[in-house]
Amino acid sequence: MKSAVVLLPGLNRDRDMIAALTKISGQAPQTVWQTDTEIPDVDLIVIPGGFSYGDYLRCGAIAARMPVMQAIREKADKGVVVMGVCNGFQILQEAGLLPGALMRNASLKFVCREVKLEVTNANTAFTRGYSHGQIVRCPVAHHDGNFFADETTLARIEGEGQVVFRYAEGTNPNGAMNDIAGIISEKGNVLGMMPHPENLIEAAHGGSDGRALFAGILGIAA
Amino acid sequence: MKARVTVTLKNGVLDPQGKAIVGALGSLGFDGVASVRQGKIFDVEIDTKDRAVAEANVKAMCEKLLANTVIEDYAVELV
Repeated sequence: MKSAVVLLPGLNRDRDMIAALTKISGQAPQTVWQTDTEIPDVDLIVIPGGFSYGDYLRCGAIAARMPVMQAIREKADKGVVVMGVCNGFQILQEAGLLPGALMRNASLKFVCREVKLEVTNANTAFTRGYSHGQIVRCPVAHHDGNFFADETTLARIEGEGQVVFRYAEGTNPNGAMNDIAGIISEKGNVLGMMPHPENLIEAAHGGSDGRALFAGILGIAA
Repeated sequence: MKARVTVTLKNGVLDPQGKAIVGALGSLGFDGVASVRQGKIFDVEIDTKDRAVAEANVKAMCEKLLANTVIEDYAVELV
C-alpha cells in the first residue's frame, strides 16, 4: 500500500509521520508539497501535525486554502483514504472535509501529555486494528483541540458513528464536546484526530498503541 | 475603498479567551463585568470605487477565508 505525506511550511511532525509510515509499512511515503496540484497515485494521504503558516488567522486556515488541498479534496471524493493528525485535523476542518471546528483549549494552556482514548467505532478503515470499546494510550500536544460543532452537526456525527475516538477515563485535555478526539467523514474515508498515534509506535516511545491504527489503515498485521 | 470586517464568535460558541479576560478584568478591580466576547477586526483596502463591488468582494473574502462560518459571524462596513 502506497502513502503520501503532505509537507507545509510550519509543520513539525512530518518527520515523525514519515518515520512511522516507513517503519510500519516497510516503504517510505512519497512527499507532496503545498503548491502541488497533483498527488501521486497512493492509497493513503496523511497531513501531519505542527503549526502550518504559524497558525496565523486560525489554526489550519491558510494551509486549507493552498493548491494541494484542492488535489486532496478530489482524491477524497474518489474514496482515497485521508488522515489528518493535530494540525492536519484542523486543516481538514478548515478545508470543509470534516465537520466542526477546533477551538482554543478550555484551559487556555498548551497541553503536552499522554491521554487515554476509547475506540468508539472499530468498524472503519482507520480503526479496524482495534476492537470496539478498547482503551488505548496516546500522546497529545496542542493548544487548539477543543472540538466544537453545532447541535445538529453533533447529533448527526454521533448518530452516524462518525466519532471514532473519545478521550477516556477523565483524560479530556481540552474541553472537547462529548470528549471527541477523532472523527471520520460521512463517507468514512477521511479521519481527523488531535492525538498523535505516530508518536507511540515502538518500545523506544514507551509503548506501541498507535501502531494498530497505521497497520489497520495499511491492511497489514500490527 | 476601505472596508472594516468584524469577526465574532457565534452565539452559543464557548469563548475561553473571553472568560479569561473577564477574570483578568476582575483582578484589576473591574467588578460587575458579566461577560466578554472577543473577536477580530480586519481593515481591508481594495482597488475599486464601486461600493457594491467592494461589498460583494469583501463578503466573498469573509466566506472563503476571513471567517470560519462554522463558529464565527462577520460584519462588513465600508468606510
